[in-house]
Amino acid sequence: MTYTPAEMMTVAAARALTNDDICFVGIGLPSAACNLARLTHAPRICLIYESGTLATRPEVLPLSIGDGELCETALTTVPVPEIFRYWLQGGRITVGFLSGAQVDRFANLNSTVIGDYAKPKVRLPGSGGATEIATGCGQIFIVMRHGARSFVKQLDFLTSLGHGRTGRERRELGIRTKGPTLLVTDLCILRPEADTCELTVTSLHPGITREQVRKNTGWEVRFADTVAETDPPSAAELEVLRSLHARTARAHGAAGGSE
Amino acid sequence: MEFLSLTDAVEHYVKNGDQVALEGFTHLIPFAAAHEIVRQGRRDLTLIRMTPDLIYDQMIGMGTARKLVFSWGGNPGVGSLHRFRDAVERGWPGPLEIVEHSHAAMANAYEAGAAGMPCALFRGYRGSDLPGVNGHIRFVPCPFTGEELACVPAIRPDVTIIHAQRADREGNVLIEGIVGVQKEAVLAARRSVVTVEEVVDGFGPRSSNAVILPAWTVSAVVVAPRGARPSYAHGYYSRDNAFYLAWDEIARERESFLAWMRENVLR
Repeated sequence: MTYTPAEMMTVAAARALTNDDICFVGIGLPSAACNLARLTHAPRICLIYESGTLATRPEVLPLSIGDGELCETALTTVPVPEIFRYWLQGGRITVGFLSGAQVDRFANLNSTVIGDYAKPKVRLPGSGGATEIATGCGQIFIVMRHGARSFVKQLDFLTSLGHGRTGRERRELGIRTKGPTLLVTDLCILRPEADTCELTVTSLHPGITREQVRKNTGWEVRFADTVAETDPPSAAELEVLRSLHARTARAHGAAGGSE
Repeated sequence: MEFLSLTDAVEHYVKNGDQVALEGFTHLIPFAAAHEIVRQGRRDLTLIRMTPDLIYDQMIGMGTARKLVFSWGGNPGVGSLHRFRDAVERGWPGPLEIVEHSHAAMANAYEAGAAGMPCALFRGYRGSDLPGVNGHIRFVPCPFTGEELACVPAIRPDVTIIHAQRADREGNVLIEGIVGVQKEAVLAARRSVVTVEEVVDGFGPRSSNAVILPAWTVSAVVVAPRGARPSYAHGYYSRDNAFYLAWDEIARERESFLAWMRENVLR
């Protein structure tokens, strides 16, 4: 069965989630991956959105973090201060799923500005929940399209802490959560190396070469000693993902949900 | 509490230069009230909102705001808020001062405002560049453990405006669905205006824990049916996602934005 790089990325990201996860879901790519996991191998996963919806089971992907669909299919809906205080800060979330405009080799994320903060070339939306999700969840998975403009040597702004600018900041700041343990792109899977916390390529998606990854990464990307080949999406995974996107597009009155 | 028309409520309770919070976390965004503020030509407002959304994109583009306090300024699931970006990147229609936070900080700051506290303490901003660009973010040690905690000032708006499903004849207000920070934003404010879908004789059967703002916490209640469109009111109408997608084109250029506002808001 043929598939697109975007489908490979979403499927690979979804596979990282388990039935035991309590997952704080970002909008866009993370939301598609999390719901694909729930609709395939992890039906008991608990999905939480920052609008306060706990254990939500949307039929279609929400366009916003607070679509009515999320509330109507949730176990319960709590106020926004409570979601950040009791559930996130209280240490109840096992995994946070994030994306960003820029990522660096230590998996720090920028979603604030391109260029100078005071006079930005591009003003991005900003932190939202991400800054505290990055340090409050047990671990962080990141899903992002691979490209030299977004995989950068130096972030224009550090919105959400990964492993810091040297790879050692989490320990130095006394942060006990693991931080980013996985970055899934449309080309490959990267994981932080045990001692340096630098992201290294651990798996290439089928048909992707090391050269393609190098060309699309703004730093001199390193490869793990053993690089696996990612299993291609199964027919079942593709069918569930495509019907989720089709339902979503019909519900929103236009193409939507995957971005 | 008094029942007022939308025109009178904005006239009495929103003044030039005020710090104004129009809250509603994706759900129950008080668009009708925002449009009335634009029509009455308010200026120099400090706009406070976790997610500026289309509502502040419109107000910023119309020159209503001098300053923005916020934590996520995008069009949810779609992309940029073009009028917000134009103001920050190119100073159109005028310079816009920004005070930028994270969601956790703003949620805590509203709660602190409602609780009558001067500031909010929480475990936040660790390792982020945000404290370097926002002087209102400080760190203080916990007096018991020594842990460094983030501290931000409480949010105390001059006026908070929210939209809700129903008020009863006495002016008590019921909010259902995604309740966001609306209760905190009202209780943190010096004055508050609530627009509602309808006024009913009684709320009828409901959970003992339903979110209700007693009439004596609200300055004015305004009947504004569909007053949250294109956002939504749980139980009344759903979010107009197609409009949120269409806004990307409408707001991209100054001319098309102004034409839309003239056609749909100003007249």
